Amino acid sequence: MAPAISCHGLKKHYGDVKAVDGLDLEVSAGECFGMLGPNGAGKTTTIEILEGLTSPDAGEVTILGRRWGSHERELRERLGISLQETRLTEKLTVYETLGLFRSFYVRGRDPERLMADLSLEEKRDARVGKLSGGQRQRLAVACALAGDPEILFLDEPTTGLDPQSRLQLWERIAAYKAAGRTVLLTTHYMDEAERLCDRVAVVDHGKIIAQGSPAELIAGLRAPHIIEFSTEPAVSDELLAKIPGIGERRQRDGRWFLAAPSLAQAVPALLSALDGAGAKLVSLSTHRATLEDVFIALTGRELRNE
Amino acid sequence: MSERQHPLAALTRTRILEFVREPEALFWTFAFPILMALVLGFAFRDRPPDPVPVGVVSGPVSKEITDALAAAGTVKPTGFATLADGLEALRTGKIALLVEQTGSLTYHCDATRPDARIARLEADGAIQRARGRLDPSPARESLVHDKGSRYIDFLLPGILGLNLMGTGIWGIGFSIVNARLKKTLKLLAATPMRKSDYLLAQMLSRFVFLVVEVGVILAFGVAAFHVPIRGSLGLLGLVTVLGALSFAGIGLLTCARARTLEAANGLMNLVMVPMWLLSGVFFSSERFPKSAQPLIQALPLTALNNALRAVMLEGRGLPAIGNELAVIVVWGLVSFSLALKIFRWQ
Repeated sequence: MAPAISCHGLKKHYGDVKAVDGLDLEVSAGECFGMLGPNGAGKTTTIEILEGLTSPDAGEVTILGRRWGSHERELRERLGISLQETRLTEKLTVYETLGLFRSFYVRGRDPERLMADLSLEEKRDARVGKLSGGQRQRLAVACALAGDPEILFLDEPTTGLDPQSRLQLWERIAAYKAAGRTVLLTTHYMDEAERLCDRVAVVDHGKIIAQGSPAELIAGLRAPHIIEFSTEPAVSDELLAKIPGIGERRQRDGRWFLAAPSLAQAVPALLSALDGAGAKLVSLSTHRATLEDVFIALTGRELRNE
Repeated sequence: MSERQHPLAALTRTRILEFVREPEALFWTFAFPILMALVLGFAFRDRPPDPVPVGVVSGPVSKEITDALAAAGTVKPTGFATLADGLEALRTGKIALLVEQTGSLTYHCDATRPDARIARLEADGAIQRARGRLDPSPARESLVHDKGSRYIDFLLPGILGLNLMGTGIWGIGFSIVNARLKKTLKLLAATPMRKSDYLLAQMLSRFVFLVVEVGVILAFGVAAFHVPIRGSLGLLGLVTVLGALSFAGIGLLTCARARTLEAANGLMNLVMVPMWLLSGVFFSSERFPKSAQPLIQALPLTALNNALRAVMLEGRGLPAIGNELAVIVVWGLVSFSLALKIFRWQ
């Protein structure tokens, strides 16, 4: 079966800025695929090329086995697209907006059903301008679903939303995926990618630097635990290097971050080494490695501080 | 289960809703033609000019002079206690003429002011007649006041054309550039919506505004100034509809690629200002040199104004305005197809 989305050698340069710099991607039907990366990594440019809204400088895009150049109309009928920070017409009501989008598709979902699916029934006759950020974002997704699409493209669907709104949207996306449909989303939230995506591509500087399921990527660190601590006085890297059972080490803002395959082995060893060096522990915590740690390990930078 | 609307109908409806739910836009669409008509109403009041104010310096015969001037009715006399007071009022323009008689009759005035010369003639005539002058050949006045040949009759169709152009180009231009700025256009371009449907909806939605604009201006012109509509109302309707659609197309083209409101505003002015001046809104375009006429006559607003005047003032029929309508339609069609080709959706 042909992949739902595939692209090869995608390039898009804006002047000297290489927004997308040789990117390959394949998403199978029924998969939820996430592009993860900091702002400016090239996620939006990539997803807009895949959506047929931006033409690449080089590379090939195939969606549902079709190309944009020859099958634009057919593809538009079969895709649902939610752009980053779209501002829908504020003067229309929720119902009118959905009716408008429904009118564009030959086949599609009834506005009443869309409102029910995205918990917007109470806002049926409210103007878009009066909706909260979460409600607007749900409406944007509802508009993307108006044509009952085979593939749903979401560019940073939950950026700027409160936790409850994010949770609501995640449920809707998960339900859509559960019906066997394909989702491609971009995000810079680790938890979003881990929770929703079957597979994730980590994007940085217009390239994919790692790809796989969240579990695979985390396992790729070969150290599922992270120990975070600080001491008084500070300890040197040489001291930590001698401790058995500790992998990668990083230091930031006076705190150390150590990757460890086993906490049971690493923590006692660390404590005794600190004790021996006469350093007093100020703070100590541990967490399971996340995609955030994968990103830091791959790029040496944090995702969110870009 | 609701019926799927036709996309063109849904888009047109959207545009109309957007408009009528924008109180400011609505206000200006109603208020602008009314304000314009009111200003015109003041400028072209249908009554004789006000009497010219004239000063009379207090003296032995000032009462007699004042009575004579008041009786004539064409000037309005005011008394001044001293010559200095009167001259002061003359200098500051409160009166156009100062009459003084101590020995001989003296008129103080600035001969370069037209109203001063009128005041002098009127005042002198009134005083001399009151003192017994007999005109050797008494004359009778026959006033010409023909509806259809006054300046207001010329002006009103021009204002109508101007308004159709202004609301067409501004109304469409700003709404499109706004939608582009907010990425609404990009989102629409990501759906299977036909791009021509979107542009057509912008043009079709103009019908609603048209009824308001044209209705207000025409009704005011007819009610307040008795401007004639000698041709058929149906033909007048056809001309305004074609004009509105054509300018809507020109508005689409003007803002087909503009990315900012500033750029759009500049472009719209570039398109409209030459037509304000050249297309015979306030004075006939025939006044421009003959060599410029082919260009001027090819402008859509010239054609629209000429067609409106032909139907309203001359009562012409469709064959007589065929050329004008052709110019209007060609502008609309060419602009629309060009706009569709070069339109920037993001």
